[in-house]
Amino acid sequence: MASEHDVGSGAFAVGIYLTFSEFSFKNESISVAFQANPTELCICNKERIIVEAIKEIAKSIDFDPYRYRKDFPVLEQMIHGMPLVYLDNAATTQKPNAVINTIVNYYKRDNANVHRAIHQLGERATLAFEEARKKIAAFINAPSSRQIIFTRGTTESINLVASAWGEKFISEGDEIILTEMEHHSNLVPWQLLAKKVGAKLKFIPFTESGVLDFEVFERILSNRTRLVAITSMSNVFGTINPIKRITRMAKDRGIPVLLDGAQSVPHLPTDVQILDCDFLAFSGHKMLGPTGIGVLYAKINYLENMRPYQGGGEMIQSVWLERSTWNEIPHKFEAGTPNIAGAIAFGAAIDYLNRIGMSQITLYEQELTTYALNRMSEIDEIVIYGNAPERGGVISFNLGDIHPHDLSHFLDQQGIAVRAGHHCAQPIMRKLDIAATTRASFYFYNTKEEIDYLVDKLKEALKFFSP
Amino acid sequence: MDSEFRELYQEIILDHNRSPKNYGSLKDATHRLEGQNPLCGDHYVIYLKVEGDVVKDIRFEGKGCAISKSSASVMSEFVKGKKISEIDKYFELFKKIVRGELDPAEYMDKLGKLAVFAGVSEFPIRVKCATLPWHTLHSAIHSKTKEKVTTEE
Ligand SMILES: Cc1ncc(COP(=O)(O)O)c(C=O)c1O
Repeated sequence: MASEHDVGSGAFAVGIYLTFSEFSFKNESISVAFQANPTELCICNKERIIVEAIKEIAKSIDFDPYRYRKDFPVLEQMIHGMPLVYLDNAATTQKPNAVINTIVNYYKRDNANVHRAIHQLGERATLAFEEARKKIAAFINAPSSRQIIFTRGTTESINLVASAWGEKFISEGDEIILTEMEHHSNLVPWQLLAKKVGAKLKFIPFTESGVLDFEVFERILSNRTRLVAITSMSNVFGTINPIKRITRMAKDRGIPVLLDGAQSVPHLPTDVQILDCDFLAFSGHKMLGPTGIGVLYAKINYLENMRPYQGGGEMIQSVWLERSTWNEIPHKFEAGTPNIAGAIAFGAAIDYLNRIGMSQITLYEQELTTYALNRMSEIDEIVIYGNAPERGGVISFNLGDIHPHDLSHFLDQQGIAVRAGHHCAQPIMRKLDIAATTRASFYFYNTKEEIDYLVDKLKEALKFFSP
Repeated sequence: MDSEFRELYQEIILDHNRSPKNYGSLKDATHRLEGQNPLCGDHYVIYLKVEGDVVKDIRFEGKGCAISKSSASVMSEFVKGKKISEIDKYFELFKKIVRGELDPAEYMDKLGKLAVFAGVSEFPIRVKCATLPWHTLHSAIHSKTKEKVTTEE
């Protein structure tokens, strides 16, 4: 059996993003593969072995989504007379009672401003707020909770880096490497920065199957590259990018890496020390937490050298009329009264995820996704965009020539919530030469029965729109 | 399925979506304008041949949902040969009907073929789909802009 919490061998990075420190393997022969030297796992066929092994294990896990569904009051309703089938989790996830009650109880019992009041409520609020920071730090295995900066979400986290770090360290003629599969929020902030300082953006293209082209990456890395900013999981293709491989290539040249973890952190075990990323951005609302709260993790040396992001209360140490000195990190980057209830409830979401276990969640979602892909491929008229071997539960597709808006409207009539549109990734749509896709995205509370229902309704839609 | 939904996607609309009328471009167009809904990616180009104060000919091309495409198709048939002042009035009427501000039952005669879009008023998120071609047409005629119109005003 693999040792459960041994970061050296039991925990490994598969060259893909997964780290499996917590899980004990059911199959001895697979566990041998898992204990291999993590650096060797980048070799492609080994990666493939691991991916296959994960799929095997996924089949054998005993995960009951119905056990968790009852914790989510929103899922209990009818839409147009049909039970709600919520398949828009890449946009935002639903919230369990544990999170909802945390918000309610905070406002009922503890509400106060943080870090300022010397009264009982202020103390409780501050304690709970800082406790949440620690939970989040532990969740991604950050060395210190000082490295967790609360923001409004992934978008603000990336903007924070672009402004507080980028404006100081990136200058004219420098290059930033992004990919062609970025969400607008990991694209537009860099466009703004590039324009401001005169830097250039370079892009790693994706192939037909929705995976990054490493030959091009190798070629565009240069001595002018100052940053590689990349999504760890695509919100369009579901592709899980080989982060370990990317950080290693960048590190060889001393280039920092920023990860947009909006889609990966909610679904995959995340260990920032194994991934060796310098910045990681993610959002609470995509992982059971409330909207308006997110996180920027960064390595300490970056945080210490960054400029403040916004000015105001909380982020200062001493203020004179003409100048100020800055508070310590992380507070230096958290000007003004933060989203206190949001942060505490995000902490409750983390507790909930930990109780289930992130490895369990990953494995179950792998199984569910494989099931969905198989079932959906039964339909001849379906085109699925992206078929990366390492992928999460995000499936973008088109059905015959039914426009995604018409299809999603039809599905809504059946109680199914999916997304239609460009998914904040217009450059991807342009490259695929499509206006939009329909996207079904899963979380651990989704079931195979829901997927069967989706497939039935897709077949009905074909009859309805093109009889 | 709600009957409102069936009414929205009634056969005429699906027909126009499958085989839109006046689809394509116009070589001798006097007016050409792109219209798009940036939120959903619907995108059309409208070509007009205006003589005096009459829209003599019209074509459109582009991509979008069944509601926007059929609206463009029905609109193109409806406005051909009409005076600009008339078209403006119909545009106002059409907007009010699809937004549910007027009762279509009272305007059936006037609306003619446009009446098939009355069902849109039940679905506020689809109003912009139905009005996009009309906004584009309106801006093209009055040349408010030489570039693009969008539904995000
Ligand atoms: C890959 C990716 N990055 C960034 C974001 C933006 O997240 P937020 O809107 O929470 O800032 C999203 C969410 O849509 C996403 O899927």
